[in-house]
Amino acid sequence: MAGPRNISVSEASRPVLPRHAKLKYDETRKVWVILAPERVLAPDEIAVEVLQLCNGERNVGDVSDLLAEKYAAPREAILADVIVMLQDLADKGFLTEIREKTP
Amino acid sequence: MSDVLPTIPPDASDSLAVLEKQRSTAETFGIPLAVLLEITHRCPLQCPYCSNPVELDRSGKELTTEEWKKVLSELAEIGVLQVHFSGGEPTARKDLVELVKHASDVGLYTNLITSAVLLTRERLSELADAGLCHVQISFQGIEEGLADRVAGYKGGHRKKLEVAKWTRELDLPLTVNAVMHRQNLHQLPDIIQMSIDLDADRLEVANVQYYGWALKNRAALMPTVAQLDECTGIVEEARQRLKGRLTIDYVVPDYYAQRPKKCMGGWGRQFFNISPAGKVLPCHAAESITGLDFESVRSNHSIAWIWQNSDAFNRYRGTGWMKEPCKTCEFREIDFGGCRCQAFALTGDAANTDPACALSPLHETIFKQAEREAEGETNRFLYRNFAGGTLESENGA
Repeated sequence: MAGPRNISVSEASRPVLPRHAKLKYDETRKVWVILAPERVLAPDEIAVEVLQLCNGERNVGDVSDLLAEKYAAPREAILADVIVMLQDLADKGFLTEIREKTP
Repeated sequence: MSDVLPTIPPDASDSLAVLEKQRSTAETFGIPLAVLLEITHRCPLQCPYCSNPVELDRSGKELTTEEWKKVLSELAEIGVLQVHFSGGEPTARKDLVELVKHASDVGLYTNLITSAVLLTRERLSELADAGLCHVQISFQGIEEGLADRVAGYKGGHRKKLEVAKWTRELDLPLTVNAVMHRQNLHQLPDIIQMSIDLDADRLEVANVQYYGWALKNRAALMPTVAQLDECTGIVEEARQRLKGRLTIDYVVPDYYAQRPKKCMGGWGRQFFNISPAGKVLPCHAAESITGLDFESVRSNHSIAWIWQNSDAFNRYRGTGWMKEPCKTCEFREIDFGGCRCQAFALTGDAANTDPACALSPLHETIFKQAEREAEGETNRFLYRNFAGGTLESENGA
């Protein structure tokens, strides 16, 4: 089954990387990369942390809770930043989401 | 707000910077992120602009399965992240699934660049199971009359449409590769729509680059200036309209440009490919330059050694090899004097300025000639094959 594309990221979304976007630690260059068709993206530390937390079970709100606790920072500000980062990835075509199956 | 998490920049797109763009000096040539593997020159299609050399490697010279596997392991080890399985037609190799599986096992991101006509749904499914990450299918036009004539292969267009559909059904991302020239440029708006209809993620609109087979067919392929301007306008409009839905990469033809292209990002700076026989090349057309000795993966040297130290890679690397007008040109580290293969093909010396550059003394004569060819009546193709080419019959293939 094809994961949905052109998604709109919200607090309730459960985003995941699609099979064609692979998060990987590049041992040679000592950086994290996202491998995608004809592209190699260089996510920053927080983007990597967010993506590692996006396991298909947590929603964006859950991820923001964890980060707010870890960094002792206001949740709303973190949530806004996380949504912007994930939406940017979605707009580039490198993010999908888990949806409940319709009965 | 962004001071809460200072590592997320206000413009989040900065956090997803494209790695390639960070290298910009003549001296930098780390191991490339992506490598093109031309695993065979065999191909059922006969496109007159094929990027393979005119002198093709025969199947007896091709690397064996074990040799390709060793190459893949070595590439992963030295820091290559992506490999493109290309050709010729890569699916003509019976061991393709095995090679893709091995590439995945050693951690490489795999991309298949195919004409699609030899694929069955079952084989594509096996490739997906082997870890294939992305499929690029070439299209020669929008309808079978023209498309099959350009490819010199009956029934090809219909099969491509079918394979594109399977690709999406198997949840593989799809790129439509459209090579454009005088005889199909009028179909560009429909090719864009076809890409949407096929649910493609990307479309590559690649104008023919004129070396090798394409240079032999220049009179039948060269578009007019007006056609190219229209093409650029269509791409720009579609990019705006389809933002977030279809990514369009655009390869501009350089014949009518004032500035040459930064070919391969500069010779030996961020790209190499491996030929069917195992030669490590600075670009897929490099063998057209005579007098260069390209080392093979079958030699005693490692791929990393060949990339860093071999004479062929160092010959035109950086700016030290340049003659005037490149030598003192303010753009010498921007475009590295354009394309070495084109300089060789059109001037006889790869160290000359690429005539695509307006500063080349040959620019005027060569491109006036191209313009005349574009206005000409010659539409017959010389089809690509192992026999050195076959001229299209008067009334079509």
